[in-house]
Amino acid sequence: MAIGARTHPGDPRHWPGLVFMAISFFAYVYLPIAILIGLSFNENEQATIWTGFSLDWYVKALHNDDMINSAKNSLIIATIASLLSTSLATLAATRMAFDRFRGQTAVGALIALPLTLPEIVTAVATLMLFSLIGLPLGLTSVILAHTVFCIPFAYLPIKAQLDRFDPKLMEAAGDLYSKPIQTFFFVTLPLLAPGIMSGAVLAFIISLDDFVTTFFVGGAGSTTLPIYIFGLIRVGVSPEVNAISTVMLIISIAMVSLSLLLNRGQERGDD
Amino acid sequence: MPDTDNSDRLERKRGREAWRVRAFTIGPAAAMLILLTLLPLGLMVYISLQERDWSGSVIWGNYSFEAYIRFIFERKLDDSLQLNADYVRIFARSFWLSLLTTGLSLLVGFPTALFIATRPPRWRATLVFLTTVPFWTNLLVRNYAWILLLRDTGPINAGLQELGVIDEPLAMLYTNFAVSVGLTYSFLPFMVLPIYAAMEKMDFRLVEASFDLYATRLQTLWQVMIPAAWPGIIAGCILVFVPCLGSYVTPALLGGGKSMMVGNLIGLQFGAARNWPFGAALGFALLTLILLSMLFYVFKVRPEENR
Amino acid sequence: MGTDISISARNVIKDFGSFRALDDISLEIHKNEFFTLLGPSGCGKTTLLRLIAGFEVPTRGHIELSGQDITNVPPFRRPVNTVFQSYALFPHLTCAQNIGFGLARLGRGKSEIDEVVRRMLKLVKLEELASRKPHQLSGGQQQRVALARALAPAPELLLLDEPLSALDQKLRKGMQIELKRLQRETGVTFIFVTHDQEEALTMSDRIGVMSDGLLQQVGTPREIYNHPANRFVADFIGESNFLAAGVGDTAGEYTAVALDCGYRHRVPASRQLQPGDSVVAAIRPESLVLTDSGAEDSIAATVTDAIYFGTDTHCHVELDNREALVIRLQNARVDRVDLNPGSRVGVRFDPDAIQVLGD
Repeated sequence: MAIGARTHPGDPRHWPGLVFMAISFFAYVYLPIAILIGLSFNENEQATIWTGFSLDWYVKALHNDDMINSAKNSLIIATIASLLSTSLATLAATRMAFDRFRGQTAVGALIALPLTLPEIVTAVATLMLFSLIGLPLGLTSVILAHTVFCIPFAYLPIKAQLDRFDPKLMEAAGDLYSKPIQTFFFVTLPLLAPGIMSGAVLAFIISLDDFVTTFFVGGAGSTTLPIYIFGLIRVGVSPEVNAISTVMLIISIAMVSLSLLLNRGQERGDD
Repeated sequence: MPDTDNSDRLERKRGREAWRVRAFTIGPAAAMLILLTLLPLGLMVYISLQERDWSGSVIWGNYSFEAYIRFIFERKLDDSLQLNADYVRIFARSFWLSLLTTGLSLLVGFPTALFIATRPPRWRATLVFLTTVPFWTNLLVRNYAWILLLRDTGPINAGLQELGVIDEPLAMLYTNFAVSVGLTYSFLPFMVLPIYAAMEKMDFRLVEASFDLYATRLQTLWQVMIPAAWPGIIAGCILVFVPCLGSYVTPALLGGGKSMMVGNLIGLQFGAARNWPFGAALGFALLTLILLSMLFYVFKVRPEENR
Repeated sequence: MGTDISISARNVIKDFGSFRALDDISLEIHKNEFFTLLGPSGCGKTTLLRLIAGFEVPTRGHIELSGQDITNVPPFRRPVNTVFQSYALFPHLTCAQNIGFGLARLGRGKSEIDEVVRRMLKLVKLEELASRKPHQLSGGQQQRVALARALAPAPELLLLDEPLSALDQKLRKGMQIELKRLQRETGVTFIFVTHDQEEALTMSDRIGVMSDGLLQQVGTPREIYNHPANRFVADFIGESNFLAAGVGDTAGEYTAVALDCGYRHRVPASRQLQPGDSVVAAIRPESLVLTDSGAEDSIAATVTDAIYFGTDTHCHVELDNREALVIRLQNARVDRVDLNPGSRVGVRFDPDAIQVLGD
């Protein structure tokens, strides 16, 4: 050691407590979910003591007509909302990326707006609007409301993809006798495809998982899965809820992984 | 051939064309957002200034501040006003719970972000992924997991009783405690990610230099790392505090009727309590509160950035 | 009808807001010519190229292609193709698909496209890489694909925007030869943009030197080098010495130009030179000869520095009137002149190599 050696507190990598905190964090985040999933396979109805592995609750859930119906509604709403919001977001994002006009920042803020507002406020405000114009509360009202707040979620991955897009490519296409529409289909769209798909998947999950807006803007015939689960939870804890919840968890995680994979694959694929 | 001046005529023609394309591409998304986000909000403010009719909906045209008066006063049958602290209490609870949640998230989130930022690059992507996954799963389901854990017959109580720490099960559910646990649980990733993003860009040689200059860990933390991560810390605080204020699901599931937050109160006005103007006023109040919080955080950053 | 002219720009002005990028440019480029636009960054050469390609529209003025006014015609309707500085290859398409892109958009049949693509790949010697994607290629290979892609639709005009700037020196030299060969083989008019004057001098049939949005001079490499029209061109191309001089009287066919350092020069009489005018004499370092001091026909000077460069030596001298000169001496020719700082020498001028320019 050099003359006048001093105690070196050391590399932050090895600071005491850091690993402990991180482990606690991940444990805190994942343990409850893990327990939930575990209990869904519990034979016992009491759901506290483990008595044996069983798929009964899943079977029971599958035979639950109300559950199946609400799942169907969820899928219909999520699919339509995702398709609509992604299309709108794609059109807007492609123009916003290569254009400059007065008020552009305002438009950008407008698109991000649903992300910043508390959902309870937008939900009741939308309810009031629908009731004022006489729109019946049902699948249509829910789809409309979902489409709106899905737009920013679809927009984000598409914009990220566009930031990686070389605008010279569009000039090159024009130089090579490609009319603007042709450029859009032969150059812009193929290169944006991963971002668009990622956005669509994201919008889908957000719609699928939504509760607050659906609760206030939906009617009797538009019960979605989260609404149904909420109703069940109000009644009390039941392993059937565990089973349905686990299924929802797996679907969400699968879709998120898909979305991230689409994004990451693109980063390694081009340039 | 005369020297044609392209500039003016062509500029204007191209300008008009550009706006036509913008209307076709950006227009639809913008229209939807204006019609189904801005318009409802405007309507809400307008309704908050209307009178309530017997069924709870709106009497149009009679402007009144009744809804706002209702925040702190209760109108008795003889039209006199009596002070009513119930709603104020709910606002206060929301505020403090959100603050508490932000603080706890910061306490747990900062070391976690630091941990991730100091791992080898290959690990980081996986760790970040693991951190974000819960965000995408259903909020109901995540809060339900805590109902399972915190209830009287849940594993926590069972475990504590087994160990002999307690005789009777602790009533953890449907309390402020349960709600804060649930809120922290729901919003923790929002704190970790921005701080991590800020730290990832930090030059860790500054930390080394700090040690070189005889600083202790604590001093290094305070003088070097926290300022470097400060924008991320602010972002994280906003990302936790703001949604917390307006949260609905967590207090509904884990707080029951006893630990209501503003979100639930608003929802109630459109459900059992049926008072649309009041609900609208509450919504407007929540929005204002959120705007003020964001402004507060944002303006607190400026002076810090010049350190 | 001007059938010899490929493209011409007439009084073209281009403004970006309040910034004038091109200030009244008029230029004619001939068919089958390798024409280079040369100038420092920001001189407007790329802007002019973009106007020809159609990516921008002139604020004023016209652009004509083979006699047709194409000023307001969009790029996809101009038989003009561009090789971009960054190549701009389509990352999601293979090399073959990139090359065939233009023809495909024009609606040509598959067999025709395949045939042309094959021919192009052969032309740029990349046959084996047809099915690779751009990111799997080296910089030099990408550049050749960009070239093939631009040539495939058999355009009337090929525009090249500093295509060699990203290549290393050796590759660059090789590509310069390649490009020259391609131009001669295909017979397509090339307009080449660069800031590298050596590149321009070696490759071009004619050069247009630009600076600050103006065309300073248009001519063959030899003309530009030996007879620069003004101080900027003389300074930008190669190296020049600049000596002050004054215009004297005209006697018969010649006008006297007296250099301040004492040398008496004369030029063919011209209306632009009036007695009493101050002018500048531009002299290339390699056209000067060093002699012993006092030798006849030489102007006295003192050596201030001599820098050895391997093949030649740059000798810096100071004339008696305090003006400085740089003289390039070939080391192979042994000179008995003492090049130590302080020694007295004589400088001999070559009257044919002195260019008189306006101040």
